[in-house]
Amino acid sequence: MSKQGVDRTRRRLLTITTGIGAVGVGFVAAPFVISMTPSARAKAAGAPVEVDISKIEPGMKITVEWRGKPVWILRRTKDMLASLKKVEPKVADPASKKSEQPSYVDPENRASKEEFLVVLGVCTHLGCAPKDNLEPGNVSGMGDDWLGGFFCPCHGSKFDLAGRVFKNVPAPTNLPVPPYSYLTDSRIIIGVDEKGAA
Amino acid sequence: MQKLINWIDERFPLIETFEYHMSKYYAPKNFNFWYYFGVLSIVVLVIQIITGIFLTMHYKPDTGLAFASVEYIMRDVEWGWLIRYMHSTGASLFFVVVYLHMYRGVIYGSYRKPRELLWIIGVIIFIALMAEAFMGYLLPWGNMSYWGAQVIISLFDAIPGIGPVLAEWVRGDFVVSDATLNRFFAFHVIALPLVLIVLVFLHLVALHAVGSNNPDGVEIKKNKDENGIPRDGIAFHPYYTVKDIVGVVVFLMVFSAIMFFAPEMGGLFLEHDNFNPANILQTPPEIVPLWYFTPYYSILRATTASFLPILTGAVFLVALLAILDTRDMKKRMVFAGIAVVLAFGLLSGLIEAKVWGVILMGASLVVLFFLSWLDQSPVKSIRYRGWIYKLALALFIVAFILLGYLGMKPASGINVILAQAGTVVYFLFFFLMPFYTKWDKTKPVPERVTS
Repeated sequence: MSKQGVDRTRRRLLTITTGIGAVGVGFVAAPFVISMTPSARAKAAGAPVEVDISKIEPGMKITVEWRGKPVWILRRTKDMLASLKKVEPKVADPASKKSEQPSYVDPENRASKEEFLVVLGVCTHLGCAPKDNLEPGNVSGMGDDWLGGFFCPCHGSKFDLAGRVFKNVPAPTNLPVPPYSYLTDSRIIIGVDEKGAA
Repeated sequence: MQKLINWIDERFPLIETFEYHMSKYYAPKNFNFWYYFGVLSIVVLVIQIITGIFLTMHYKPDTGLAFASVEYIMRDVEWGWLIRYMHSTGASLFFVVVYLHMYRGVIYGSYRKPRELLWIIGVIIFIALMAEAFMGYLLPWGNMSYWGAQVIISLFDAIPGIGPVLAEWVRGDFVVSDATLNRFFAFHVIALPLVLIVLVFLHLVALHAVGSNNPDGVEIKKNKDENGIPRDGIAFHPYYTVKDIVGVVVFLMVFSAIMFFAPEMGGLFLEHDNFNPANILQTPPEIVPLWYFTPYYSILRATTASFLPILTGAVFLVALLAILDTRDMKKRMVFAGIAVVLAFGLLSGLIEAKVWGVILMGASLVVLFFLSWLDQSPVKSIRYRGWIYKLALALFIVAFILLGYLGMKPASGINVILAQAGTVVYFLFFFLMPFYTKWDKTKPVPERVTS
């Protein structure tokens, strides 16, 4: 383009007004972009959930919905807890170093009170829902050396009874532990961190 | 009648536009079978828009109502089953004709100068079409719709830093939910169709400016008669409009046969798991996208931790060839630098294999934009290329179909290794293209098109 005969004053005015116009377009775009973020109702549905855990029998699991995701609460028996040590050589991240969990849960048994495991029932690979294979042994078709845990049917990821991922499966990390705290001995609230924890 | 046309023509360039795009648009006279798929793409686009409008009259974009409203269309709406099967069959056949249209472009070098921009607009159309199909697939709110969307949107989660926020923004919620369904409906029925129509318009404007390529890859505009009409060109209308009508009729026969006798295509066009409503607590045994996405889904799943060293090897192979190919020291340093940075990223473990899978899947589409510059052959058409290119193309086709097949199968054992091999071949076809097209012995291109 030729620069000859350019009236610099007019050119500057054009540049400045175009610039201001672009800023204005940016401001107008903001409400549209922000309107696509989770709405107040979606956030309210993401509110903490209170659960009575006294009615769960030992060895049983319940599923509650929190933020539209399944949260598992498993009341672990003495045998189940004992299996966690035995399975350790097979899991990829036994001390949950790379995994998502609040600081107040034990990194190995992954609970703040070891009897009750609270994890998100969402596979860390691509978000499928793993199935329960809580019984040890070949009852659930997992082979004789199976000590109990969870199995994701989508791409074959395996997890132990603390939601820790096995080695050489597609899922990269352990099942995430959501923030939760005990209101009393028999009630927990999912979505609220323990007091004093960051 | 003539008066009416004159009246319009004084106020609107009617005759001029018709002549420019139809009766005085000179297309090469040697078009063959492969040249049907452009016009067929437009036919399917029209079918999808018309059937789509009528489906929206009965469909409800609400998680509580969506699945039932589709069943309502199938059972209670008069002729609703026909309109829906037209739309679902049209979706799959859209990809059939678009893939064949792209293949035509590849074998005859239609992406080469001066048609680079025409090709690039086409690639954008292809990507917009994939987005359109993906969003449309959520609308029936079947279990596969739900989990497919869940898996694909959670890919955004893999992006370091902004990933989770971005995924939340796309979903409008913490999971795929009513908000997601509603916005996908908006994108599917209005935003993307508008984009597609504009892009198709631009594609045609660009085509008519540069003129059509042909199976010989000869520029017919270089040889014009005294009236300025290409000697090897014939008017699009009536010659090709008539030819295309024959193709359209045959295509509609195939379309009808599928729509009436095999609309599900054994689970290929309509998946069995999608006949169950979405269930957030139960994943289908195997999450499989529809067939037209499976090659890319395969690339995504093939990228495991054990695959990264192989990819690093491929990067160094390409970089080595690039370095040997140039004498310019600066360029050599750039190529070496890129290879080292990529190798570090692949092997250092700073970026997980899952993220590389997402990157590779994206790259497998982005690389198409650069095709015009990757090809260094002196000839355009496969008719005048040597055996190296033909072998490379054959391997690519095998790899693409293999990836597509594996994308529908469980990713375990030998399947993973085959998918990894397919992925390597897919990318090497493009990244080695600058070299093998240069080495290849080509045949002389004739002055005029051959009949």
